[in-house]
Amino acid sequence: MIRLTFDPFDPGALLTEFAKGRSETGAVATFTGIARAEAGATVALELEAYPGFTEGEIGKIAAGAKARFGLDDCEIVHRIGRIAPGEPVVFVATAARHRRAAFEACDFLMDYLKSKAPFWKKEHGPDGARWVEPGDQDHADIARWDKETSR
Amino acid sequence: MARVLLFGRLSDVAGWRERSIDSPFLSALRITLAAEDAALGEALGGKGVQVALDQVIVRGDAPINPGTEVAFLPPMSGG
Repeated sequence: MIRLTFDPFDPGALLTEFAKGRSETGAVATFTGIARAEAGATVALELEAYPGFTEGEIGKIAAGAKARFGLDDCEIVHRIGRIAPGEPVVFVATAARHRRAAFEACDFLMDYLKSKAPFWKKEHGPDGARWVEPGDQDHADIARWDKETSR
Repeated sequence: MARVLLFGRLSDVAGWRERSIDSPFLSALRITLAAEDAALGEALGGKGVQVALDQVIVRGDAPINPGTEVAFLPPMSGG
């Protein structure tokens, strides 16, 4: 399931719901991304999406992860709008028969969400706002998945 | 008329987010936008800016049918 939300969410409740009734799954991995205060330099994040297109592109990324890692299922919940430091921004859960696939798929999904999913992120600080764009580390993170052989 | 959408820093540069503009081709639309706002024209041609027509990414020039949604997408950053 893929969901964009303007409202804060509870990652614990999402995990409980996602893990329910999976008697053959064996492994569930999750990642929660939280907005950083950067010692006061960031007073809020603002996330913009392109409704319809954003969900569609994330759907393609999720389908890629499911095929590549042989997942049973995955879930992605992403905040949009204004987000305060300390609030969860993104939640990713993956379900597979064994842990390695679940861990790696979670890692893969986050790398793609960081620089390939249609979101635009603005950091509001005491001295104004700035748009965040993917950096060298983000490009290096995603390039790892090209080097590894597909499983 | 095409529905032109700007995302991220592009809408800050232009001072608008959505407009209806009549243009037969993407290349002509770029020229029209750059002629009325040089800063936006430059930003639209910037590194990593992609274009989607009716939510499908296109490269190079393309015809724009009436009612098409034209979205200019700067480098993406989620998570």
